[in-house]
Amino acid sequence: MKKAILILEDGFLLEGISFGAEGEALGEVVFNTSMTGYQEILTDPSYKGQIVTMTYPLIGNYGVNDEDLESARPWAEGFVVKEMSRVYSNWRGKCSLGEYLAKHKIVAIEGVDTRALTRRLRLSGAMRGIISTLDLNKESLLAKCLASPGMEGRDLIKEVTCPYPYEWGVEKKEFFVVAFDFGIKYNSLRLLAKAGCRVKVMPATTSAKDVLALKPNGVFLSNGPGDPAALSYVVDEIKCLLGRVPLFGICLGHQILACALGGKTYKLKYGHHGGNHPVMDLETKKVEITAQNHGFCVDMDSIKDKSVKLTHVNLYDKTTEGLRHKKLPLFCVQYHPESGPGPRDAGYLFGRFIEMMYKFKKKR
Amino acid sequence: MPKRKDIKKIMIIGSGPIIISQACEFDYSGTQACKALKEEGYKVILVNSNPATIMTDPEFADATYIEPVTPEVVEKIIAKERPDALLATMGGQTGLNVAIAVAKKGVLKKYGVEMIGADRRAIEKAEDRDLFKKAMLKIGLDLPRSINVKSKAQARKAVASLGLPVVIRPSFTLGGTGGGIAFNMQEFEELISGGLEYSMIHEVLLEESVIGWKEFELEVMRDRKDNVIIICSIENFDPMGVHTGDSITVAPAQTLTDVEYQNMRDAAIRAIREIGVDTGGCNVQFAINPKNGRMVMIEINPRVSRSSALASKATGFPIAKIAAKLAVGYTLDEIPNDITKETPACFEPTIDYCVVKIPRFTFEKFPGADSRLGTSMKSVGEAMAIGRTFKEALQKGLRSLEIKKSGLDSVVREKDFDTRERLMEHITQKLIIPNDARIFYIGDALRFGMPLSEIQSLTAIDAWFLENIKDIIDFEAILKNSKMAKELLRRAKELGFSDKQIASLTNSAEDEITSLRGASGIVTTYKLVDTCAAEFEAYTPYFYSTYEIEDEVRVLDKKKVMILGGGPNRIGQGIEFDYCCVHASFALKEIGCETIMVNCNPETVSTDYDTSDKLYFEPMTKEDVLNIAAKEKPWGVIVQLGGQTPINLTLSLQKAGVNIIGTSPESIDIAEDREKFKNMLDKLKLRQPPNGTARTFDEAKAVASRISYPVLVRPSYVLGGRAMEIVYDEDTLEKFIIEASKVSGEHPVLIDKFLEDAIEVDVDMIADGETFVVAGILEHIEEAGIHSGDSAMVLPPYSLGESVIDKIRQATVAMAKELKVVGLMNVQYAVRDNKVYILEVNPRASRTVPFVSKAIGVPLAKLAAKVMAGMKLKDLKFTEEIIPKYSSVKESVFPFNRFPGVDIMLGPEMRSTGEVMGIDEDFGRAYMKSQLAAGQILPVKGNVFISVRDKDKRNIIFIAKRLSDIGFGIVATGGTAKALKKNGMDVQVLKKVYEGGPNILDYIKDGKIDLIINTPSGRMPREDEVKIRSTAIMHGVPCITTISGAQASVNGIEALLKKDLGVKTLQAYHKSVDR
Repeated sequence: MKKAILILEDGFLLEGISFGAEGEALGEVVFNTSMTGYQEILTDPSYKGQIVTMTYPLIGNYGVNDEDLESARPWAEGFVVKEMSRVYSNWRGKCSLGEYLAKHKIVAIEGVDTRALTRRLRLSGAMRGIISTLDLNKESLLAKCLASPGMEGRDLIKEVTCPYPYEWGVEKKEFFVVAFDFGIKYNSLRLLAKAGCRVKVMPATTSAKDVLALKPNGVFLSNGPGDPAALSYVVDEIKCLLGRVPLFGICLGHQILACALGGKTYKLKYGHHGGNHPVMDLETKKVEITAQNHGFCVDMDSIKDKSVKLTHVNLYDKTTEGLRHKKLPLFCVQYHPESGPGPRDAGYLFGRFIEMMYKFKKKR
Repeated sequence: MPKRKDIKKIMIIGSGPIIISQACEFDYSGTQACKALKEEGYKVILVNSNPATIMTDPEFADATYIEPVTPEVVEKIIAKERPDALLATMGGQTGLNVAIAVAKKGVLKKYGVEMIGADRRAIEKAEDRDLFKKAMLKIGLDLPRSINVKSKAQARKAVASLGLPVVIRPSFTLGGTGGGIAFNMQEFEELISGGLEYSMIHEVLLEESVIGWKEFELEVMRDRKDNVIIICSIENFDPMGVHTGDSITVAPAQTLTDVEYQNMRDAAIRAIREIGVDTGGCNVQFAINPKNGRMVMIEINPRVSRSSALASKATGFPIAKIAAKLAVGYTLDEIPNDITKETPACFEPTIDYCVVKIPRFTFEKFPGADSRLGTSMKSVGEAMAIGRTFKEALQKGLRSLEIKKSGLDSVVREKDFDTRERLMEHITQKLIIPNDARIFYIGDALRFGMPLSEIQSLTAIDAWFLENIKDIIDFEAILKNSKMAKELLRRAKELGFSDKQIASLTNSAEDEITSLRGASGIVTTYKLVDTCAAEFEAYTPYFYSTYEIEDEVRVLDKKKVMILGGGPNRIGQGIEFDYCCVHASFALKEIGCETIMVNCNPETVSTDYDTSDKLYFEPMTKEDVLNIAAKEKPWGVIVQLGGQTPINLTLSLQKAGVNIIGTSPESIDIAEDREKFKNMLDKLKLRQPPNGTARTFDEAKAVASRISYPVLVRPSYVLGGRAMEIVYDEDTLEKFIIEASKVSGEHPVLIDKFLEDAIEVDVDMIADGETFVVAGILEHIEEAGIHSGDSAMVLPPYSLGESVIDKIRQATVAMAKELKVVGLMNVQYAVRDNKVYILEVNPRASRTVPFVSKAIGVPLAKLAAKVMAGMKLKDLKFTEEIIPKYSSVKESVFPFNRFPGVDIMLGPEMRSTGEVMGIDEDFGRAYMKSQLAAGQILPVKGNVFISVRDKDKRNIIFIAKRLSDIGFGIVATGGTAKALKKNGMDVQVLKKVYEGGPNILDYIKDGKIDLIINTPSGRMPREDEVKIRSTAIMHGVPCITTISGAQASVNGIEALLKKDLGVKTLQAYHKSVDR
């Protein structure tokens, strides 16, 4: 058993055991409260730049399979758990989580008091941290940690977006959608396809002109990592699409869309990461249990356009969870209707996007 | 949506007595519901026959009816109270069945009562197999293939297409009574006959076997706006084939990927919508084929359940309370989460620990009972444990069971087997057939080198669970073979090993390990159960122990009292003690103490997070309790309310310097120690049956011949008459001594002269050291020799003379003074020929405290707690005995229908699971109500079969005469018939069982017998008697096994014939008491 250490920028230190790859990992330490879905979490590009702590203590129980990937590889910088299961038990399991992480060079630590860590993050806010299996010296690790960049102002989408456009599904569908890949999850693509869309995934740096040239029925703005405030080059392109094509944004896509509508974002103390947040649809007053994964949030008051309407609100902390434009064909949500992992209550939003595209198409 | 204003009065149906499959979880749920509805300003009408419940305390409802939970009684209450709504989902299956019955009778329509929560249509859709199947298929859910049958012929045809093994599930029963799995045609025939009889509608479902599949449960809630949330997922350690109540279960689910979990979640949500449960909680069960992931729906319970209670305790989310609020119109987003305060109840709890529930069995009480586990529930209680890992929680859970295990201990001794082959064969058998000790055999299989894959193929238990057990066993070997070091000890504690377990593995003493732990700085840390995995601040102090780096307990500098609960329910120690603990907590809060509850029973009110100021969900062992005491440093600890479990800890707690409040440990010891006790009685000039103690057979033989047979023998320091027996000769005595040493360990065996035909009396009293008040004198209805926990009792006494009662009073007070009792004390007496004998004294709360409290209208346990905290009875205004003008009868309820073939004879070993109370103006009517409430429906006409032993022949004549006078036909065999005829009675004579048919068994089966009076012929009941009695039980024919019981029953029948039974609230009875 090889030792590993996790240290936060405030000096909080946890000693544990290494699993996955050996090495050092730097990132913003966040906690995720989902009890299942570690495979999806690890492969969600939104976790680029972050070290993920699972609050559920027993991780790896069902191994890793070939189907439940949210992208081609894990993106989280590091992984922190209480107890990593050495065996896995599930009829779809293909390898253990430890093997998977080792193969993809992800540094991980187990045997630590993840609840103490979570409480620390809740009370002090998200912090930078470092996991190391090589250097076990507190001072030197702390120095490395403090020298690393924070999350604010950081553009991470360039590191996760696809280098070239690609298509999801080949068969002809009723709608053609262009998806901006800011760190897109496969499940968004799966659900778009299931809802009747052929999807062309484009790099994050694609221009509005190029998008419109493809004559899509709608444009999907994906989730992704980092600070939306650092993405003015994307926001500017999205501004050019407002009203010209139906838009549906999720998570970072929602933040970018809000920025394009003149809004601003701010950093949450410790973010929302989990699968149990209640969100109310203000139009139907119904509550859906949602998958969440974001560290930044849209400030509704910063949007001066009176046509922009708050549609969804988080019942935990009353933060903005969704908005739409009264006149323009666009809506977006902060949470993850595509789930993967998490509850599927909000899956209907894909249907809403289809409806919007249908109406827009008819009007033309 | 705000709460409904159009309803004002709501009726709640309780679940009645504690029986297997319906225990105190329904008191927990019902109490929450009553509280929630009263809080909202509704008038609550409650019916429940179980006096040991918190919900039937007069302050929890506006009108409390301690009356039989039957459709007839519920109709009378509805007619009298005219409630606007009926909440039927809190009282278990009993509540649902009774509600459906009154709905069908048109009572609800007639009086304009609306069913809230789940209505008749939803309940029927979930309960009726056919409707359920159609509903699930309609929404595209997969089910095991199944066929409904109403006759044996139909069943045979069905099994031909489904194949064997096949599952048999009778419709509309409790906890799968009469169900089972048939592996061959012979078993099939047996189960079908039983199943058809058990079903309230004579219908049985035959089902494709999913034995060995993975089993899961989801607890789902829904509100009026159709918001649906999942509170908790549960994965069964024991795969399909073992009733979920008898399975070790784990929360949350461990081996599902998110995709599979979400598929299950979606299915459950669709199902609750389709079933149409408007508001409230539902339990949904699934099975998954481990080979290919095929998921099938097993069943839905449209009500709160044992699992919902477990889920509430496992997550901190109070399902019943929220369900009650939803039933009156609130929506989930309008109700705050009590634990976090700032967030709403509309969310899904997430947990950051592992919860393991382990069932508690008592097969040792039912010799001859089939101890194999199947689809009919057999466990009588459960313990829950919380740990940061499955391994830790499992070991904590095992040591919580109170079965003398300190963790995953070994149960197989190598020296008991000639060869290793035999040993492995024994283990293999124990793995193949599910049984109460299988978990321990898994440990032993690994210890003796059986490969994990083989264990998996024998048990079908998921490899993940088995691997975790292997980790424990592997570490055990490391512990055994290494020198004890700090790191090793710490790892052991993290894996849930108790000090005692470590000590026995390393050949040292528990105390040594405890001090080593202290010296090494290995401190127990406590973590919060907060519904949200620390994402939000939590305000409810609900803790569990683990070995981590951070401790979250905020220790306050207040006067603190720690109350030790009773651990898992088992026969002899049940809800009554939890009731007392809860009362203590309420009372001490009233007087400004901080209350700290320690218990590990998830079914109880005591482990509700808002019962006490702090809750520690921990095993009731010396180590775990002392760890909490070290952390909290309470001013005092109460051991006398939680039954024998905390009493057994008294001496070690005192030794550790803990302040035991109330009656001193020395006094407790005097009462428990036969020699010291005898000296005290001699001093007080009180009489005891001649007795002695023995540690060996020779000593026992000497005592027995001195005091003469028959003698009553038992091990000391046990509750519930465990291994207690009436012995008539030396051979039996020898057998007993061998058995007793297993139960009691180093404690001696007690031998008393058995007073045949004496009347027994129980007395509960309370004292503060200065004032001594008799609270209740209860006369047993059955004669001496039957455990007081199994006897029917009446308060006030109905046959004892005033002079005897006075003697009893004086003796009680004299002993309490001598023992300097502070708190409660219970004394058991035997009265023969106007002489009063003291059988035993328990300076602690007894099983009858809740019953007496309700009978006299004084909350004894509350007073006791206050007295222990230093208050005086004078100030509490309870200084005089209360003798009510009405009669209260306590009757016991037995689990015999779960153990086919087991004799129902009562004896000194307690076997009842629960109790009911009947109250009315006279004894006969109160007794009648107690029988009705216990499910013994005494007939007012028809045929009575009488067969009594020679000794009783004289006494039976008068009883038979009275029955004959009120129109019963008398049926009898041989000797009894002759005796009755001689006295001029018209008797139909039947053949004896061994003489061929038609005999009494045929008559019972054909429904020609309405009542049976059958007293045992001798010490060893004859085989035909056992057959008669168990056949009677299976066919629901009331069977009375004592002469005194028969007399009381005739009183009851006569009273009923004079006037129909009425209903009256407990509050009204209490008003009539002179104080």
